[in-house]
Amino acid sequence: MLHASQVDDRPRLTKMPSTGGIMRWVIIATLPGLATMTFFFGLGVVSNVVLAAAFGLGLEALVLRLRHRNLRPLNDASALLTGVLLGASLPPASPWWLIGIGMVAAIVVAKHLYGGLGNNPFNPAMVGYALLLVSFPTYMTLWPTPQPLWPDTLVSQIMGSTSLEQIDSLSGATPLDAFKHKAEEVSASQFWANPPLPRATLTAWEWISAAWAVGGAMLLAKRLISWHIPVAMLGSMTAAAALLYLFNPDEAASLWLHLFTGATLFGAFFIATDPVSAATSQRGKLIYGAGIGLLVIVIRTWGGYPDAVAFAVLLMNLCVPLLDIYTVPATTESQAATGRAQP
Amino acid sequence: MSQLGQLSREGLWSNNPALVQLLGLCPLLAVSASVVNALGLAMATLVVMVGASTTVSLIRHQVPSAVRLPAFVMIIAAFVTCAELLMAAYAYPLYQVLGIFIPLIVTNCAILGRAEAFASRQPVLPAAIDGLMMGLGFGAVLVVLGALRELLGQGTLFREMALLFGPMADGWRLTLIDDYQFLFFVLPPGAFFVAGLLIALKNSIDQRREASSQPKTITPREQRRVRVTGTIK
Repeated sequence: MLHASQVDDRPRLTKMPSTGGIMRWVIIATLPGLATMTFFFGLGVVSNVVLAAAFGLGLEALVLRLRHRNLRPLNDASALLTGVLLGASLPPASPWWLIGIGMVAAIVVAKHLYGGLGNNPFNPAMVGYALLLVSFPTYMTLWPTPQPLWPDTLVSQIMGSTSLEQIDSLSGATPLDAFKHKAEEVSASQFWANPPLPRATLTAWEWISAAWAVGGAMLLAKRLISWHIPVAMLGSMTAAAALLYLFNPDEAASLWLHLFTGATLFGAFFIATDPVSAATSQRGKLIYGAGIGLLVIVIRTWGGYPDAVAFAVLLMNLCVPLLDIYTVPATTESQAATGRAQP
Repeated sequence: MSQLGQLSREGLWSNNPALVQLLGLCPLLAVSASVVNALGLAMATLVVMVGASTTVSLIRHQVPSAVRLPAFVMIIAAFVTCAELLMAAYAYPLYQVLGIFIPLIVTNCAILGRAEAFASRQPVLPAAIDGLMMGLGFGAVLVVLGALRELLGQGTLFREMALLFGPMADGWRLTLIDDYQFLFFVLPPGAFFVAGLLIALKNSIDQRREASSQPKTITPREQRRVRVTGTIK
């Protein structure tokens, strides 16, 4: 029997999970996506994630030590999650040094130079990804065509001893990349009548997108993310892409290409929803998500990069301080104005 | 000659245009992708800075204060034109590489800043020394930044020095890392990043020196009164 004083029966809302708990759940929710990617692109996906997560934990511990902090934040698994997300973004079986440089940019520069978890204005995984994409475009665009679980060159690719020509022979363009770099005179319908990439590639990307959506649904069901950002992002992408397609069906990429063959769903559920670097109020989240979706379409259509989720997220990260100021919820706003709480 | 010492210390370190005043960052960040580019721009800026400071000081009693800024800009522009023509004459390949950033030295606010803040109020000799030291300080940061970015971005040092020094500099190139390219450091974002690291390094050296120069003994209580004027030693 418990003594009455030991029974904690104060009324309360549902228990808030700890930061570590949230991070671990998000990692679990990436599993469907990662498993599907592994199924199509082989164990290089797993090696990416494992290496990036290991770099993440190691660098986090190193920087905490350098900053004379205790190592307890290692338990919150945020560095692990950054590693998983970056690992999932990189082409399968990326060389170890590429992953290492990306994680240094993510953990040391994007996270700890700004003050550690909770103070980083930019999504660390996307800073790492953007740095790598700008610095090593040849390695970052070498996505393989769907391949067996254990490709012959797996180990040598990870060790970085495979020559670029060799990797190039194994790789193909992603659907968005192929569409972006189609010849000027080829119209969209001609492109799809005779696509330069195997049907298997398209199938793989569709399944992978679906799997990320399943993971996203898990996050929504667990209430770890709110619906605002993904819905706003996918909604504005749909609207913008549909508008472009209506005006210029011969040139514009179709809605299906935009939503299901790139990083769109992964970004909508796992990247844009990062609680630290996203907007906080509900109106702010809607604007933030819509801005990302619009920028993705703009960059994909007129910019130099075939997929644009990373850049769109980073650009909207920049707007977050302003969004947070202008979208303070009404009650808080009037409290701030009058200096006291509303009755 | 303690004034010389003080002006040098300020220009090169404690009031460095690039690391402390953070002026003239546009050319600093845009042109510092390699040592040779940085050195070329550093030399041009140095010439303009010394010339402009000296001239501004010479005419400081003749120029009414209402029109001083246009007058300073005209003087600076004249020296920039000289530097541009000299560079076109003696280092034409480098002149082509630096392109628009040579004429843009006119808008380098480090130069106008020194003209306004120092040279227009001081006799000729201190003004000239100040221009020299500020120019050297700016140039030193530019060259260090160029070297770091060239090393981190392309794994070499002193590549293409022939642009500035002619054919005799062909063999100066040091390849420290073979077959290496890290585009981030070649592109402008890398310049921001490395410049930020240099500023952090300078501040950290200052802090360390200050910490070590402070006496270890605790000052007696009566000497720790608050002083509202002057610097607290």
